[in-house]
Amino acid sequence: MTDEFDPRPEDLKQRVWESIQRDELPPSDDRGRMRVVMNNLVLHLHPSKVAKPTLKFTYTWGLGGLALLLIVLLSVTGVMLMFVYTPSPETAYQDMLNLQTSVWFGQLIRNLHHWSGNLLVIVAFLHLLRVFFTGGFRTPREFNWILGLALLLLVVAANFTGYLLPWDQLAYWAVTVGSSLLSYIPLIGEGLRNFLLGGPEVGAATLTNFYGLHVAIIPLTLMGIVSFHIWRVRKDTLTIPHTVDGKVDGDDGDRIEKVTTLPHLVSRELVFALVMTGAILLWSVWVNAPLEAAANPDHSPNPAKAAWYFMGLQELLLHFHPVFGAIIIPALGLGALAFLPYQRFDLSAEGVWFRSRKGRLIALVSTLTALIAVPLLVLLDEYVLDLPGMMPNLPTIISNGWIPLAVLLLLLIGYYDMIKRLFRSTACEARQGIFVLLVTAFIVLTVIGVAFRGEGMALMLPWEVL
Amino acid sequence: MADKDVSRRDFLKLAWGAAGALALVETGGVVLSFFSPRIVEGEFGGVIDAGQADSFPPGSVTPFTQGRFYLVRMPDGGFLALYRKCTHLGCAVPWNPAEGKFICPCHASSFEMDGQVINPPAPRPLDRFAVSIVDGLVKIDTGTPIQRDHASPADLVYAGVTA
Repeated sequence: MTDEFDPRPEDLKQRVWESIQRDELPPSDDRGRMRVVMNNLVLHLHPSKVAKPTLKFTYTWGLGGLALLLIVLLSVTGVMLMFVYTPSPETAYQDMLNLQTSVWFGQLIRNLHHWSGNLLVIVAFLHLLRVFFTGGFRTPREFNWILGLALLLLVVAANFTGYLLPWDQLAYWAVTVGSSLLSYIPLIGEGLRNFLLGGPEVGAATLTNFYGLHVAIIPLTLMGIVSFHIWRVRKDTLTIPHTVDGKVDGDDGDRIEKVTTLPHLVSRELVFALVMTGAILLWSVWVNAPLEAAANPDHSPNPAKAAWYFMGLQELLLHFHPVFGAIIIPALGLGALAFLPYQRFDLSAEGVWFRSRKGRLIALVSTLTALIAVPLLVLLDEYVLDLPGMMPNLPTIISNGWIPLAVLLLLLIGYYDMIKRLFRSTACEARQGIFVLLVTAFIVLTVIGVAFRGEGMALMLPWEVL
Repeated sequence: MADKDVSRRDFLKLAWGAAGALALVETGGVVLSFFSPRIVEGEFGGVIDAGQADSFPPGSVTPFTQGRFYLVRMPDGGFLALYRKCTHLGCAVPWNPAEGKFICPCHASSFEMDGQVINPPAPRPLDRFAVSIVDGLVKIDTGTPIQRDHASPADLVYAGVTA
């Protein structure tokens, strides 16, 4: 052992190199490959060996890794942008204009930051779906699912605080609308809103607050939890993919072969990261991040829309009393998501896409149900049903809150029961059906909000919206 | 000591726990107060002189951009100052003279001339500011918006009547 690390004074270059990289590169055998992973600061986030079937790209789709890549891209471009931007209403918008016209590659760096941020919301959401549909949250991974939810919320918070910084009309009114949602939380809502905004309306204090949150508090918290999240993946390992017939996917026998992380996993990660970086770079070269007229607190644009990832919520607000649209329904949804991994789960469904053959059929039926039912319900509420008008003696929090929510929950319970009877499914498969139904509903609401709501938030066809 | 159930170890655990909790609460208090809203004295938030009461014809709505309110003179001559912020989600509500109502561009809430909700989702009438008329001059106190469940004739202020 002592010979291995014996400094060789006759070769200074060699000595310096070995003081940095202790292990032989490239390693000549599996032990050497494992040691490189263990001893490297970055690589040691990985285990030294991984199960071969989990390397299959169409199992993970590389979504967690892609999210990490985007966080790195966002950190680098974000720090660069900090050097050319001052968070004050007098200068912010002018800084944006200068960034796009006088700073070398300013537009490109802004585009990269903007598109990576938006993509991160989508990728984090897809990552959640992937883990759900392959049963990747099962024991001992329940808590890592919770950490993932926390990360999703942080990503949205990072996006929302960053949204204000350009200080254009889009930014000002999206944040006005978004932060007003908070004021509907009973008792503490208005105080919380004023605390966050630094006053009753979006202004100079808001910009400073959001800047501090966006460049320091949220990224630091995010990176801490991301490390925790990845460390737990390493400790808990990935769920082994199985085919719908219960065989290990991507392996001949039922014996699960383990391969060294270097090069099998690391090379795949590098290739995927390079391809994605290239794709994002190309997109950012061609498509500019939007910048509207400077913020004008006297004039709300028509329609004034929240950021796209809040449009599902904003659509709910058009149909429910604000306490329900902004607080109760989202809180119920988040609560249900957090509770998911602690529910009973069919062991045979672990690592199987959509649980089972029956699970796949139910998921398809649920998707179609939501695709048809949600637009119908939206149209019904928009043109036919006027609940507060039908019950003029009741406060709207009951007529447009408790009553429609109770009806929807009853419909959901009925749907769950129907699925279980009709398909003779397990609770696990039926629960997935409800999940698919609600996720599709949320996506449909988001699409309606983004593409089918025009002037005065009236329903219209997408080409009339633009 | 009378109570022998508390051992020295338990007592110390409790004391450490309590001291730790107190320190946490204190730290939380420091952080919260540090970040609490800084109130800046400015144009908005003070008492604004709108001008002579006679210069506003009955049945008119006059926007005051700096003060963020509309001075409404009802057809019967009563004055009302309405905060322009929508009670739904905080958008700036413009007055639509053609239709004779306030229509919010964000979620299509609409309000009567006196702030009463015509069309939800707004949950309550537009907030108002206190109006006083001194020697024929209309003054509006924009310090605190007054929330109300229903618009009422009692909200109106008349020239020549001392409040």
